[in-house]
Amino acid sequence: MIQSLLFILVAGVSGWFAWKGFSRVWRNIQLGKPEKISGNTSQRWRNVLLVAMGQQKMFKNWLPAVLHLFIYVAFVITQVELIEIFVDGIFGTHRFFAPYLGAFYTFVISSIEVLSVLAFVATIIFLSRRNLLRIARFQKPEMKGFPSRDANLILLGEIILITGIFCMNGGDKVLQARGVEHYHLTGDFAVSTWLGPLLFGGMSNGAVVIIERFGWWLHIFTVFGFICYLPYSKHLHIILAFPNTWYARLTAKGHMENMPEIQLEVRIMMGLPPLTPADGGESAPDGNPSGELPEFGANDVFSLSWHNILQAYSCTECGRCTAACPANITGKKLSPRKVMMDVRDRAEEVGAAIASGRQAVAAYDDGKSLFDRITPEELHACTTCNACVEACPVLINPLDIILQMRRHEILTQSAGPAEWLPMFNAIENAGAAWAMSEPREAWRDA
Amino acid sequence: MAEMAAQGKSPEILFWVGCAGSFDARAQKVTRALCEILNHAEVEFAILGSEERCTGDPARRAGNEFLFQMTATTNIETLNMYGVKKIVTACPHCFNILKNEYPELGGHYEVVHHTQLINELIVNGNLKLKEGGDFKGQRITYHDSCYLGRANDVYEVPRALLESLDVDLVEMKRSRKNGLCCGAGGAQMWKEDEPGDKRISLERIEEALETNPTAVVANCPFCLTMLQDGLKAKEKNEQIPVYDLSEMILSRL
Ligand code: SF4
Ligand code: SF4
Repeated sequence: MIQSLLFILVAGVSGWFAWKGFSRVWRNIQLGKPEKISGNTSQRWRNVLLVAMGQQKMFKNWLPAVLHLFIYVAFVITQVELIEIFVDGIFGTHRFFAPYLGAFYTFVISSIEVLSVLAFVATIIFLSRRNLLRIARFQKPEMKGFPSRDANLILLGEIILITGIFCMNGGDKVLQARGVEHYHLTGDFAVSTWLGPLLFGGMSNGAVVIIERFGWWLHIFTVFGFICYLPYSKHLHIILAFPNTWYARLTAKGHMENMPEIQLEVRIMMGLPPLTPADGGESAPDGNPSGELPEFGANDVFSLSWHNILQAYSCTECGRCTAACPANITGKKLSPRKVMMDVRDRAEEVGAAIASGRQAVAAYDDGKSLFDRITPEELHACTTCNACVEACPVLINPLDIILQMRRHEILTQSAGPAEWLPMFNAIENAGAAWAMSEPREAWRDA
Repeated sequence: MAEMAAQGKSPEILFWVGCAGSFDARAQKVTRALCEILNHAEVEFAILGSEERCTGDPARRAGNEFLFQMTATTNIETLNMYGVKKIVTACPHCFNILKNEYPELGGHYEVVHHTQLINELIVNGNLKLKEGGDFKGQRITYHDSCYLGRANDVYEVPRALLESLDVDLVEMKRSRKNGLCCGAGGAQMWKEDEPGDKRISLERIEEALETNPTAVVANCPFCLTMLQDGLKAKEKNEQIPVYDLSEMILSRL
């Protein structure tokens, strides 16, 4: 009875914290500009199923892919058990489903156990890859401090969770064998049937009951803790990878977003009518009724699309993008992972200021912008090679943000590398990317 | 093009020469090689000549959308005026922007990269390669340009051409989808590198040299420049040439 009340209390409090955390993320994503993303649902389903669920892109490198899959599948299937834990927790029953499901129950729990062992091994390997082998992509400057603690914390949590599961199941098996009341028979579990007696066989009934209960609570506490922690962690990707792959861009990677507002202005300037959708153009955007000077490109979360912010929150901080980035490989400051983390951190900062009432959404001004985090030096190092886009296991596009910020630099701030000016002038005045004295057909006579 | 139009002719294909192909000494050779190939295959083609302007790729990637829209709109007006249907270009940057970004601005054409067109001509029997040739059996490594490769997923056509040349193709560690950029894209060509440890072109050419090739092959005028720069830095530019695929094909006609 006390256990039931305690369980309901813990579940309620965790639920409340999780709700707060997730709604914060939801609100922060809404800080971005609206953008309608739809069409080609079959390709979108394919992306969700293959890339998010099937983790297709992880398999570029099979070792981490397989290990990650163990942890992922173990985690997902452990959640099946959660249903029973809830029933048992609230009604004070014990392994409520076992009598009804019989052999199938034994099978499910056994699968969880086998996967837990695999996940345990994977976790140990992952911890050592990060902390002992010090794989390069985990050691970049942007991983200092919280990001690297975050990764280790979750791996540690995984170990605690698995420990809980085996204390719970192992203790249970010992008690079942001894015919202790309340612990009804459940059939043989793949691991704990032998691991339980091995570890706890020599203990008294009372001690084993304590271990079993300890395991049960440890398990559920870790799960609740994890759910509450998720919205603060890169592990949010276990949820956001699904919408993120759904909304991923489907056009050729080389395609850069058009800016219909500028298109319209240029056409008016050149004395041309606006393009109609029949010409293949987008419908003309509405004018600028506020009469304010328009801002082009992005310098803050408000001028990015909500989709860019969703991507930032979906980032796993795995660094595959950065490891593939030619600029980063050759020692430049640019790191596409850092771009994504900066956007997310800025969204957090802005979101917190608004939530606390210090700032209003409509007139937000804290004197800061994305440019305080992502410097022109980083933006200018990008070769637009799309290696980061190709590398990302959850279909994030860091390049899109880099290009929107470049646009802001050039179009709104009239800044950017001075070396580009001759190129701009040449295109404008001579129609060529270099100012040349000879005619465009001179190659014919060479 | 203007001449042909004046004679009432509409050529089946427009060769988009591009800025590099027009002005860069190395790329001019590729331009001429492609013309020779097209002539050899008796393809009727035209160029815009002085009516061609920069597609706007470096301006757009640098962030200068106004300039891009201006130059692109002017080009589209010209192309549409002549009723152009199909375009070939030897530059993956022109290829990408004409193919993927001009339609939204009202420019709808069938756009092919020159490696695709050459491959088409060979497959259709319009181009016959002579037996033997200089490259037969040579160890050659192929550099995927970002704008033909990742940007547009064209990986196999250029390799098919290399196969028709009977070369011994050796892949670099990073190739196809994982290919490493030469360092020129995104308007880097027009500026100094940001501070770092080394040039991207050097990183790439070192990887190419690991395959121990007799020649390096590319499909992009900017990659040609960058790879050549890298070879110079390694003092290997005398021994190892960098070719555009079209030049290798031409040697076999
Ligand atoms: S597109 Fe830019 S950021 Fe992405 S990998 Fe290439 S150089 Fe790096
Ligand atoms: S953007 Fe993608 S590849 Fe880069 S760190 Fe985030 S999840 Fe990994």
